[in-house]
Amino acid sequence: MTVTTRPPRVAPRPDAPVAPVRAPLDGDIGIGRARAYPLRREGPEKLTGTALYTDDLVFPGAWYGHTIRSTEPHARLLGIDLDPDFDWSTVVLLTARDIPGENFVSLITDDQPILVDDEIRHHAEPVALLAAPDREMLRAAKGRVRLRTEPLPPVFDPLEATQEFAHFGLAKGDIEAGFAEAELVIEGTYRVGHQEQLYIENNAMIAVPRADGGVTIHGSMQCPYYIHKALKRALLLTDAQAVVIQAETGGGFGGKEEYPSIIAIHAALLAQRLGKPVRMIYDRHEDLAATTKRHPAIVKHRTGVTRDGRLVAQDIDVVMDGGAYCTLTPVVLSRGTLHAGGPYDCPNVRINGRAVATNTPPNGAFRGFGAPQTEFAVEMQVNRIAEALGISPLELRRRWVYQIGDETPSGQILRESVAGEEVLERAAEAAEFERVSALTGSARSERAARPPNPSVAQLTTASDRTARGIGLALAWHGAGFTGSGEVKLASVASLELMPDGRIRVLTGSTEMGQGTKTIFPQLAAEQLGIDEADVEMAPQDTSIVPDSGPTVASRTAMVVGGLVIAASARMRAMVEASTGRSFAESYVEYAREHGGLRVDQQFEPYPNVNFDDETYRGDAYPAYGWACAVAEVEVDLDTGETHVRSVVSADDIGKAIHPVMAEGQVEGGTLQGVGYATIEEIKLVDGRYLNDRLATYLIPTALDAPRIETILVENPYSGAPHGAKGVGELPMDVPAAAVVAAIHDATGVWVHDLPATPERVLAALHGITPPPLPGISTVSERSSTPAPSAEDAGAPEEGLDPQPDAPTDPQPLRGPQP
Amino acid sequence: MTYRFAVNGEEVSLEVPGMRRLLDALREDLGLTGTKEGCGEGECGACSVLVDGEVVDSCLVPVSQVEGTSVMTVEGLAPAGGMDGLQQAFLERGGAQCGICTPGMLMAARAYIDSGGAPVDEDIREAIAGNLCRCTGYTKIIEAIAVAARGSADAR
Amino acid sequence: MPAEPPIESPSDLGQAYSLLASGDGWRPIAGGTDLMVQITGELSPPPDRVLDLWRLDELRGISLDGDVLVLGALTTYTDIRLSDLCREHLPALVEAAATIGAAQIQNRGTIGGNIVNASPAGDTLPVLLATDAEIVLGSATGERTVPAADFWIGYRQTARRPDELVVRVRIPVPGGRQVRFRKVGTRRAQAISKVVMALSWRPDAGVWRDVRVALGSIAATPVRAPETERVLEGAAPRSETADHAAVTIAGEISPIDDVRSTADYRRVVTARILHRLLREAGGW
Repeated sequence: MTVTTRPPRVAPRPDAPVAPVRAPLDGDIGIGRARAYPLRREGPEKLTGTALYTDDLVFPGAWYGHTIRSTEPHARLLGIDLDPDFDWSTVVLLTARDIPGENFVSLITDDQPILVDDEIRHHAEPVALLAAPDREMLRAAKGRVRLRTEPLPPVFDPLEATQEFAHFGLAKGDIEAGFAEAELVIEGTYRVGHQEQLYIENNAMIAVPRADGGVTIHGSMQCPYYIHKALKRALLLTDAQAVVIQAETGGGFGGKEEYPSIIAIHAALLAQRLGKPVRMIYDRHEDLAATTKRHPAIVKHRTGVTRDGRLVAQDIDVVMDGGAYCTLTPVVLSRGTLHAGGPYDCPNVRINGRAVATNTPPNGAFRGFGAPQTEFAVEMQVNRIAEALGISPLELRRRWVYQIGDETPSGQILRESVAGEEVLERAAEAAEFERVSALTGSARSERAARPPNPSVAQLTTASDRTARGIGLALAWHGAGFTGSGEVKLASVASLELMPDGRIRVLTGSTEMGQGTKTIFPQLAAEQLGIDEADVEMAPQDTSIVPDSGPTVASRTAMVVGGLVIAASARMRAMVEASTGRSFAESYVEYAREHGGLRVDQQFEPYPNVNFDDETYRGDAYPAYGWACAVAEVEVDLDTGETHVRSVVSADDIGKAIHPVMAEGQVEGGTLQGVGYATIEEIKLVDGRYLNDRLATYLIPTALDAPRIETILVENPYSGAPHGAKGVGELPMDVPAAAVVAAIHDATGVWVHDLPATPERVLAALHGITPPPLPGISTVSERSSTPAPSAEDAGAPEEGLDPQPDAPTDPQPLRGPQP
Repeated sequence: MTYRFAVNGEEVSLEVPGMRRLLDALREDLGLTGTKEGCGEGECGACSVLVDGEVVDSCLVPVSQVEGTSVMTVEGLAPAGGMDGLQQAFLERGGAQCGICTPGMLMAARAYIDSGGAPVDEDIREAIAGNLCRCTGYTKIIEAIAVAARGSADAR
Repeated sequence: MPAEPPIESPSDLGQAYSLLASGDGWRPIAGGTDLMVQITGELSPPPDRVLDLWRLDELRGISLDGDVLVLGALTTYTDIRLSDLCREHLPALVEAAATIGAAQIQNRGTIGGNIVNASPAGDTLPVLLATDAEIVLGSATGERTVPAADFWIGYRQTARRPDELVVRVRIPVPGGRQVRFRKVGTRRAQAISKVVMALSWRPDAGVWRDVRVALGSIAATPVRAPETERVLEGAAPRSETADHAAVTIAGEISPIDDVRSTADYRRVVTARILHRLLREAGGW
């Protein structure tokens, strides 16, 4: 008998020295050398585990908060029943009646309640709040709360929805004349589903009562001043009584733009009632089930072209599903509508955008903010037109892409920083698009010449198991806020020279991984002529920093960074005028003599940028970023699985302030786009997300991620002092269409809906039953049977938990068994 | 019940239920909050630590099973205030963005390098496939691990 | 603090058996990769009391007993991946182990846990079915052996009595037998199967004998496909046979729609991966 076992696991001696891992050698060719830019400001804390995220903060005596949520998509709330056998004096339970101020989450429209008062409009909607001194008691209590409800008919299909959140229309030229001129009209309908931001740190808030009767919030967030405003209204607080402090934040991607306001209010209500700190830390399940997602969309295109490849008419219809409440939907729709035509000059355009309400959890901000949806659709359309015309998709874009002087559908004349063609050529060249597509095209032709036995083709394989393909997409992305948004915000950033000679930047812009804390000191130091290490960042605390506007829309480097530069330039001039010497030589002395200096810089409108909100015409954005992605895929022809092998992304961001971090943004955005294209999908039944845990909502792992090559292109925008146009969202706009084009190149079939899962690829290739349309809830058999009356509803399932009828593992979650 | 094990080289004895998650014991009983919770079900790897040199999800390990073992967390990679070559490589190459996956990612990378892992792209990807990152696209993480792996190999 | 259930960590098997025999509902835990998910009570109810097997070194080790590969129940997926015996005698099991989770899960998850957890998506289970493995159950009253084919009796239900533990699995590895493994998951790592298949046969004068086709994730338990096996039994892996087998298996199984895939996809892909394995075996 032979016996082998694994070599014994040797425990390191407790006193053993840590094995040496040396830093790289100079001239380390294979990996390249590290480049000389400021290192991430808060990097050492993050790398040593000392950075404090919300759940790491300890407040002695804090209670644990919990949200009681609806389990139906649409219902009348008749009452909340508390089990009389439970000692309710040991916990705190709050309902809508306990809200001192207005029962609305302050954002665009006052439609979303903090807690449901009357009508439940979506699954997992907050209805009541619980707090207990420990988790065990909390868990015991939450099982004893019952919602008494009366079901109402839900609406799931946005095309059948009657409530509209917003609509926009754009028109240019004469659409009918355009189609009359067209020799070929191509139509297409493209659908995209929900996408979860999936920051790795779940939403988290801790509310601490203040001596002045107010409350201090410590939490994971993008926009401290959104929360500040919402708290004041809900709890009837003064500016000073509501203090919001950002803890280290483990990713946002839009997902921590607006939803944190709700959580902060919930925690604050409980803390106010208790007079104790309350921790409201979501677990992944709650975060997935309840918080916002990217808006699903249905985009219809009708495009007129001539045989020789001129674009003469674009008729585009966009429908977005806002979910149950408005949140930021009008603004998302606006950006989606403005970008829907793609970066192409077309004389005759009509674009209509509409966002509607369904009985699903509200959708909200997510990197790209409406543009990834509509730009996926237009790029699909352009790639399909190229195929129909027999023109290379690269060549067709060369002919159509915007040039300086062209006019957009909103009537904006593109005067500068127009780099669509440049990013197109740079990406195509780096990826050898034409050479590779010649190879993949001929391989596809060869496979087509050897068709399988048609009688069994669906169930059998061909000799090639895999096929490679290459695909391309191009996008533009409006820099900063849409339309007059930036002017209305009137953001402020400040620079402070403190009496002891220290200098700090004061902004409400948050660090969530993208590099705010590193580039602001870098920008200030460059202006001041001092070392960036000598510029500090004030904490993101609303009692200290001004409102610099939300940390969204790729506006931080461009807009707030511009304010930091302007403030720095003013401070330098003031100090130098006073001392007669260079700032670097004289600022410490100046500070001591004058007791410091503070410069507040308010946003001033960019020159010659005018947008009319009423007519929806004018300069929709001060400038545009431009991106091109070329994706190479390998498709498993047996299973329809797609492996995205590489993506080359060329991105014109105006100015790369910190190229390492800018590349990091492109790489991260690219992978989110690849996930959107291939595996990320939320399935809904009865308005409930089935993918409500990390075992079922999948994002790409390192093995799924392509090799990503980033090409940073710099065409500065003259309106911003540094020329930067923003980088956060742009790279998200292009990967999905490039990947689907590559799947087409490999297989010969178009998948119109995202994600292009293996199920959809095989449906297109072999006619198997396609999965349900993305983003639209199906209705279970259970719910189509008559609903039980409120009385005999008995013991409804706990909390959020679905009732799967499918015995596979892991199941979507279900509650404790009786 | 009292459980004894080593954490970052120091012997600890904890009076906790044996089914307490190692993650909770580290974060709440020992105050080592560098180890993060991302999902509580072994999908994201944010809570990765080393137990006797092997990378595990500390949310899936009961304290009873680490009795007598040596546990290493991100706080133990380098003496307080310092960073080892792996951490330094992450800092220089941009391998950490929001930082929430970073402690777990470092532990998986550490296990890979300590077991003789080479600066080979595909192998590194497999080694960190249990650690989800949403910021970086993994590109700069892989680069940083390759740098550190090469440095480690050169040191041997 | 979550209310953790009580746990006992016996250091010998006899103690473990006595606890189980007490009838107090002890739930065994090995590497914890399935059970620990329940501990917070957020995802599913925690067990009432837990029996920790991790210190039972009697349940570790990989050995060869004649032409039977014997794996202790506590053998981890990493142990399997690193085992020369497994690599030499049953590489399909090594392949299966490599597809489960990633390093963190493979370092803790055990073959015994995979067997007892009885998920229809358990990736090693089709390999055990296709190799006529036997599962050895132990209790205070002794040991008994249950063929893998009789072990998974319903959704998440097994032939294990509450007073028993899976102590080891015995996998015949006769010389000449071929085993192939294929998993179609939801992504390239950390993926749960949409379809998982193990195929085994013994080549005999140009035809196949003792053919086993075992599948996971297409029914409430891991299952074999007997009609398809009959098509392949005594046949050669030629194109016509493969077509016939693909059509047969597509008609034989009735998978379901769920959060990960659709019934039709599972049905068609099961046929296609079988066809591919036959094509590769036949070299055409």
